[in-house]
Amino acid sequence: MKEFIAFIKKEFYHIFRDRRTLLVLFGMPLAQLLLFGYAITTEVTNADLAVYNQSSGQFTNQLVDKLVSSDFFNLTENVHSKDEMMDVFRKSKAKIIVVIPPDFEQKFNRREAQIQLIADGSDPNLASILTNSATGIIMTWMKGHAGNAMQIETINNEVRWHYNPELKSVSMFVPGVITIILMLVSAMLSSISITREKELGTIEILYVSPLKPVTIIIGKLVPFIILSIFNAAFILLMAYIIFSVPVNGSIMLLLLESLLFIITALSLGVLISTVSETQQTALMLSLFGLMLPTILLSGFIFPISSMPLPLQIISNVIPAKWFLIIIKDIMLKGVGIMYVWKETLVLVGMTIGLIGLSIKKYNIRLQ
Amino acid sequence: MSDNLAIIATDLTKKFGDFVAVDAITFEVKKGEIFGFLGANGAGKTTAIKMLCGLSRPTSGQAIISGFDIYSQSELIKKNIGYMSQHFSLYQDMTIRENIRFYGGIYGLKSKDIKTRGSKLIQELELEDYADRFVGELPLGWKQKLAFSIAIIHNPGIVFLDEPTSGVDPITRRQFWNMIYKAAARGITVFVTTHYLEEAEYCNRVSIMVDGEMRDFDTPRELMKKYNKPTMNDVFLHMAVRSKRKGD
Amino acid sequence: MRILKFLLQKEFLQIFRNKAMLPIIFVLPVIQLVVLTYAADFELENISYVFVDNDHSQESENLMAQFNASKYFRNKGAKVDFNTGMEALDHNQATLLLRIPRGFAEKLQKEKKASLMLDVNSIDGQAATLSYSYASEIINDFSNNIVQKWNGLPNKVVLPVNVVSRYWFNEEMEYKNLMVPGILALLVTMVGMFLSAMNIVREKEIGTIEQINVTPINKVYFLIGKLTPFWVISIFELSFGLIIGKLIFDIPINGSLPLLYAYTSIYLLVILGIGLWISTLTDTQQQAMFLAWFFIVIFILMSGLFTPIENMPGWAQKLTWINPIAFYIKVIRAVLLKGSTFADIQMDFVIMSVFAVVVLTLATLSYKKRV
Repeated sequence: MKEFIAFIKKEFYHIFRDRRTLLVLFGMPLAQLLLFGYAITTEVTNADLAVYNQSSGQFTNQLVDKLVSSDFFNLTENVHSKDEMMDVFRKSKAKIIVVIPPDFEQKFNRREAQIQLIADGSDPNLASILTNSATGIIMTWMKGHAGNAMQIETINNEVRWHYNPELKSVSMFVPGVITIILMLVSAMLSSISITREKELGTIEILYVSPLKPVTIIIGKLVPFIILSIFNAAFILLMAYIIFSVPVNGSIMLLLLESLLFIITALSLGVLISTVSETQQTALMLSLFGLMLPTILLSGFIFPISSMPLPLQIISNVIPAKWFLIIIKDIMLKGVGIMYVWKETLVLVGMTIGLIGLSIKKYNIRLQ
Repeated sequence: MSDNLAIIATDLTKKFGDFVAVDAITFEVKKGEIFGFLGANGAGKTTAIKMLCGLSRPTSGQAIISGFDIYSQSELIKKNIGYMSQHFSLYQDMTIRENIRFYGGIYGLKSKDIKTRGSKLIQELELEDYADRFVGELPLGWKQKLAFSIAIIHNPGIVFLDEPTSGVDPITRRQFWNMIYKAAARGITVFVTTHYLEEAEYCNRVSIMVDGEMRDFDTPRELMKKYNKPTMNDVFLHMAVRSKRKGD
Repeated sequence: MRILKFLLQKEFLQIFRNKAMLPIIFVLPVIQLVVLTYAADFELENISYVFVDNDHSQESENLMAQFNASKYFRNKGAKVDFNTGMEALDHNQATLLLRIPRGFAEKLQKEKKASLMLDVNSIDGQAATLSYSYASEIINDFSNNIVQKWNGLPNKVVLPVNVVSRYWFNEEMEYKNLMVPGILALLVTMVGMFLSAMNIVREKEIGTIEQINVTPINKVYFLIGKLTPFWVISIFELSFGLIIGKLIFDIPINGSLPLLYAYTSIYLLVILGIGLWISTLTDTQQQAMFLAWFFIVIFILMSGLFTPIENMPGWAQKLTWINPIAFYIKVIRAVLLKGSTFADIQMDFVIMSVFAVVVLTLATLSYKKRV
């Protein structure tokens, strides 16, 4: 036991001496929170808009003024031909062009007028947001000119938003950031700390020590567990202080679930280290190999239910998917273990599987 | 006067913050001699050698290596020296031949020279059967001999060896010193640090460093006579006994 | 110049000899490109919902039938009351709960006005508002039909202006046309930056860097020797990805490929330059990787790949002017999808070249043969 504690102390010393790694470890989630909180919003602002107004006159100028005086759009160019329209898109000077035909005013009175919105479809997501916004603005303007009784409102929708009533995007991103940071950091730290000793040859010294290999591995992981739990708590605290994103459920439960997820990720890291001879391989596998799948297949950015079936099935092997459900439920819905026990069991199963696989691989190596 | 001097160091000093790693050392090394640099671990030997090789910028003091100034002409110095560091620094994931080719190449040797010198080197080390093996697979003693041979493949005027024989068995150590003698016979000045004191007696002259200071330098015979001790080991112990820095 | 030959020989030898790395460099990105492109779809489908029908009328059934017919929604069953309905939301069985109150049809008939209640899981705010707007579209249609049936009014009120939206360069609004170039750009960037960031620091960690530093080698040559192999690998990856994109996803290639390669060449100098710079600043591969990761994540989030740059406030939009990934993603889309020519993107060339000069200068200055 004494040796074990001495060993853990040594590992801690390694971690805390490396200030730069620590800085990134805690600076990264903070930077991400700030970006998601302040820089990435759900509202479009200053989208570049060009106008091809073939109808001269007060009437249509008013419409154009209406469009560009909103925060949505930013008039960059007046174009005068179809070729120029193409040019504007190719030069990326506008994302949307409003085309008003020459006889707009006469046709307006006959209720036959048409406005074309041409959007740059290379980003379909943005393109549809922009056409929707522009249509909305045009409709409002039209109502002002066409009088009342446009549409009879018969059914009134009473909508209520649950779990995130202010529709804050940061509320969704906090669980995501925690999930990704814990996954990648834990997998990276554990895989690299073992392969580094392999590469530098110091692992052999440890093997001849009275400590058992399993004890050595556990000794290496304990500091990472503590570090990662601190990191998770740090992110939650920052989210609360800066963006008032609360933890609606039990913090204790949340930290316990985080602990489980950290152990899952660390086991994955250990498994990676059993197949890597060099730090380079371990780092590329744990960071390059895990980063995009964790972000894209966990449901963090893209909803899993919208994915094609094969991908929905693949997403089940991504530990982050399960943890993301758990953490969202506890944090935002405020539910207890009764609601997340299934996901918890999946993570427990994955962890046992990963540890079993690592031990198997490890024993083969030692023989 | 300095024509027959390979190294002239004057008050060479290196500080890391408050810590004075090398404290105003002054000495000269003659061309063609084997100069031993003795000291316990932590005495400042490696720091001194790194300054002389242009790997580390001195805090103050002067040094002229092969007639070039250590501050302004360090890249010229590098053309004229060889260096073998304390840590093994050939590429373990490359073969013997590939390492020779690489180092020969970056010293600007002609392809023809690399080939002839390379085969001669391999022959002298009796490594013909291993020339296409990865360096990482060789035993430590072979690696060290190979590293030394590669460090002088471009026929430098001076070669700096930092603890070249640490961790090597006595027989290989003997062989290694034979290689050093051969290099010296070719006219290469050898600057070697060691903490094996019996090796000191193989040197033409030795200096003794304690706590970053150079306590004395002379031929081993003179030093033994001066301090009235039978071996260099005793000379060293006599000087180092007051060391404040503990070796590790 | 001859020295460069030996340096390159050595670097390539080491890269191609590392058998464990080859699949990571060449196979992993391809798999990721293929798999992740399918994942990256903003289109919301199969929104799961439950409903509570307290009216049990012909109208409420008609409304439910319209929901069932929609491709956006997937019915997860009827619930008896609000609490059991919310239970389904709590358990992630549904994201939307629709309640039709008692007397809905009667009220609609008598007062021409009635209410429906919608409860939406809004953890993902954007998805929630989108789900809601799909639902209100269906409800609007439903109410228009009713109004028409009862009053004999025309199906739709004729508006003075008809707004028509067209989408150029991507008429079908296919996400893969957006995501393939984007993910490809990311993969090329990550491979390049991670490998170059770990490279010099690896030699520091192993100790071989000292042996290099005592040679008279010019450090500019040394850095060129380090940079070139990764440049070649990254160009190769781009080509590989474009072929996959064309064969599997049939992405359009409307612009000139030489133009794209020319721009990529300069871009890679920036990315690899940042990698090497990180490598010269750090002491261990772990530090280098963490730093590279930090930069990449910030650059990606602010690049307009997953969320449009227009979704940022003005100050953040200005920050994209110092983000090489944002420029690259913009250009790769412009050339591939919009067929932009050199004249269209010459400003981007100038800016990227300035980045390259700055970054490479920094990397060269911070690499010191003597400390």
